[in-house]
Amino acid sequence: MEADSAEPLLSVEDLSTHFQTPRGLVRAVDGVSFELQRGRTLGVVGESGSGKSVMARTLLGLLPSVARVSDETQIWFDRQDLRQLSGADFRKLLGPEIAMVFQDPLTSLNPVMTVGAQIGESLVHHLGMRKSEARNRAIELLASVGIPLPEQRVGVYPHQLSGGMRQRVAIAMALACEPKLLIADEPTTALDVTVQAEILDLLQRQQQERHMAMILITHDLGVVAGRTDDVAVMYAGKIVERAPTKELFDNMRMPYTEALMNSIPRLDDPPHTVIQAVGGRPPDLIDPPRGCRFSPRCRYAVDRCRTDPPELSATPDRADHVFSCWYPIDRSEVAA
Amino acid sequence: MSAAEALLEVDDLVVEYGAGGGRKVHAVSGVSFELLRGETLGLVGESGCGKSSAGRALMQLPRPTAGQVRLDGEDLTLLSGEDLRRRRSKIQMIFQDPISSLNPRRRVRDIIAAPLLIAGDKDKQAREMRVRELLDAVGLDPDQAMDRRPHEFSGGQCQRISIARALILEPEVLICDEPVSALDVSVQAQILNLLHEMKDRYGLTMLFISHDLAVVKNVSDRVAVMYLGRMCELASSEALYARPAHPYTAALLSAIPEPDPAKPPQPVAMTSGELPSPLDPPSGCRFRTRCPHAQDRCAQEEPPLAEIEAGHYVACHFPLWSGAAAAD
Repeated sequence: MEADSAEPLLSVEDLSTHFQTPRGLVRAVDGVSFELQRGRTLGVVGESGSGKSVMARTLLGLLPSVARVSDETQIWFDRQDLRQLSGADFRKLLGPEIAMVFQDPLTSLNPVMTVGAQIGESLVHHLGMRKSEARNRAIELLASVGIPLPEQRVGVYPHQLSGGMRQRVAIAMALACEPKLLIADEPTTALDVTVQAEILDLLQRQQQERHMAMILITHDLGVVAGRTDDVAVMYAGKIVERAPTKELFDNMRMPYTEALMNSIPRLDDPPHTVIQAVGGRPPDLIDPPRGCRFSPRCRYAVDRCRTDPPELSATPDRADHVFSCWYPIDRSEVAA
Repeated sequence: MSAAEALLEVDDLVVEYGAGGGRKVHAVSGVSFELLRGETLGLVGESGCGKSSAGRALMQLPRPTAGQVRLDGEDLTLLSGEDLRRRRSKIQMIFQDPISSLNPRRRVRDIIAAPLLIAGDKDKQAREMRVRELLDAVGLDPDQAMDRRPHEFSGGQCQRISIARALILEPEVLICDEPVSALDVSVQAQILNLLHEMKDRYGLTMLFISHDLAVVKNVSDRVAVMYLGRMCELASSEALYARPAHPYTAALLSAIPEPDPAKPPQPVAMTSGELPSPLDPPSGCRFRTRCPHAQDRCAQEEPPLAEIEAGHYVACHFPLWSGAAAAD
C-alpha cells in the first residue's frame, strides 16, 4: 500500500500524559510523536504499563480527572487542532470521525439497552436519522460484521450474546457513522484464539473496504505481524522503535523489541526450547531510569545508556525506520 | 514413552454441575488419560472446553461426578477426610491469577508455610528454613520477601510465591492452570523457564492447562486437546503440531497469529458460529456443528479415541489423515 502523499489524517506531537497519585507523578506517556495517513493501519505494541492505552485514551479525550495532558502536546486530526476544541465540539467528533473498540465488550456495551438501540443511538444523535431508519441501518451493520440472523439479534441484550458476538456488536457500533479513524485497544485479548482470528479478519476487511485509518493496540506481536502497515513499539511511556511492519520484523534495531520477540514461545521451535527471557520488569514511571529506560534490563547496555537518554532517530539509509538506542542491533553484522 | 510408569491415571472422568431446573452443565464428559512419571502433559482448549474442570477434579475440588483418579494406584475418589488430605498433598496446583490466589492479609512467610502447618509440621525453625529455601529456589530474596504482603509484589513475583507454596510439601504432581495467561510476555518467559527449572530440580510430573498452543508446545512432552468436555486428540507435542489429525486441532493451529509478517494470517478451518451450550451438547461428535468435514455419521455416533500411530490418539470418524495414509 502506497502512503498518501497528502498531509496525515492524524498527527501527534510530543504527547505526554501524567497522573497525579499519592506516591507522586506517574509519567504514563512521555513525549510520544507519530503520524498516521488516511487508510493506513498502525500497530502499537507494548506490555502493561507501557502507556499504549493511556496514549489511546488521550487521543479519545477519555482520561480520568487525575490525568493531565502536557501543554506541549499537539494532536491534529483532519486539519483540526484537537487540543483547542471545546468539550462539546470534541464529542461531536467521537463516532462520526473517530471511533473506538475496547478490550472487554461486556463493559463497553450498555447492559440495559438492546443491541439495535445502542447502534442506532449514534445514528440518531449524529446523523439525525429517524428511529425506524436507524433500526434498519443497525440490521445492515450487524449483517456486515457477520452476525447471523441480524433481524432477530437487533432486539437482544448484550448478555444474551457470546464474547465474540458482543465484540462484533461493538465493532458495528464503532463503524455506524463511517469514522475516518478507528482506535482498537486490545480488541481480541479477552477472546479465544479462533474467535480472535475472526475478529481481526473482520477489522481488517472493514478497514480496507472503508479506507479507514486504524490504530491497533495490542501486547501481542503476533497480532500486528500480519495485519498492519506500520508498527510502533512502546516501552515505559515512550515509543522506542517504529517502522513499516515487515522492516521492523526483518531488521529490528532496538534491543527491547528483540527481547520482546525472543520471549515469545514459537510454534516452529521444538518442545522444551529454552526461551531467552529478559530479566527484571518495566521501571517505575514515578522515577524512571535516567538514561535509556530499558538500560537496566538491556543485555547490551553500557555506561552511556544509563546516563544519556537516546532520541528516536533513523539511520541515513532508512528514514522510515526510527529507534531510540545508542548501540542498535545490526542484523548484517550479526549475520557476518 | 510407553515404558514409563503412569503416576496418575484418570479414567472416564465426568464433571457435571447443576444448573437449576434439573438441567446439567456437562463440563467434562468421559475423559481418560495418564500422567507418566516425570512428563509434562499439556491440556489445551478454548474457554468452556472443560480443561480447568478436569484439572480441579483431579484434586477432588470438587469431587468428580463419576470416574476414577488413581494416584500411584490408589483411587482418590474413594478417599475422604484425613486420608484424602494426606494423599492429596502429593498433588499441588497453581492458578491463573497469582494475586487473587494469595491471601492479601498474610505475610509471604505464612502463605508459603501454610501447607506445612496443615500437614502437621510443628517445628517452627524447620518451617522457616524450608520457606527460605523455596523462596530462593523461585528467584526471590528471602530476606526481602518473607515479611511483605502480596500487594507489594508484581504479578510475576506473586506467581513465584504461588509456585513456592505449591512445592513446599514436595508434591509429585504439579497442576498448572493457565499459570502465565495473566502475565506480560517478558514475565511469562521468566515463569516458563522457572517451571522448567523446578521440574528438573524437584522431579515433578506436570499437567499444564492453557489456551495458548505455543506455550503448551514449549513446555509439554505430550499434548491433549479438549473441546466441549471431550478429548479430541492426544499425541506427543511434536506429532500433534506437525500432523494434527483432528479437524479441531488443525483449526486451533491455523488461528494462531504468528509474529512473522512472512506468514500471513490463514483462514480458520472451522465453521464460524457459536460454541454449542454445554447444557445441551450436540449428539455424536461434539465438534460436528462447527466442523468443515462433518457428515451424517458424526451426528449419530460418538467417535471413540483411536490410536492412528504409536502414541497418537484421535476421536474423529474422518481424521485429516490416518495410519494407512501415513504409511504411504
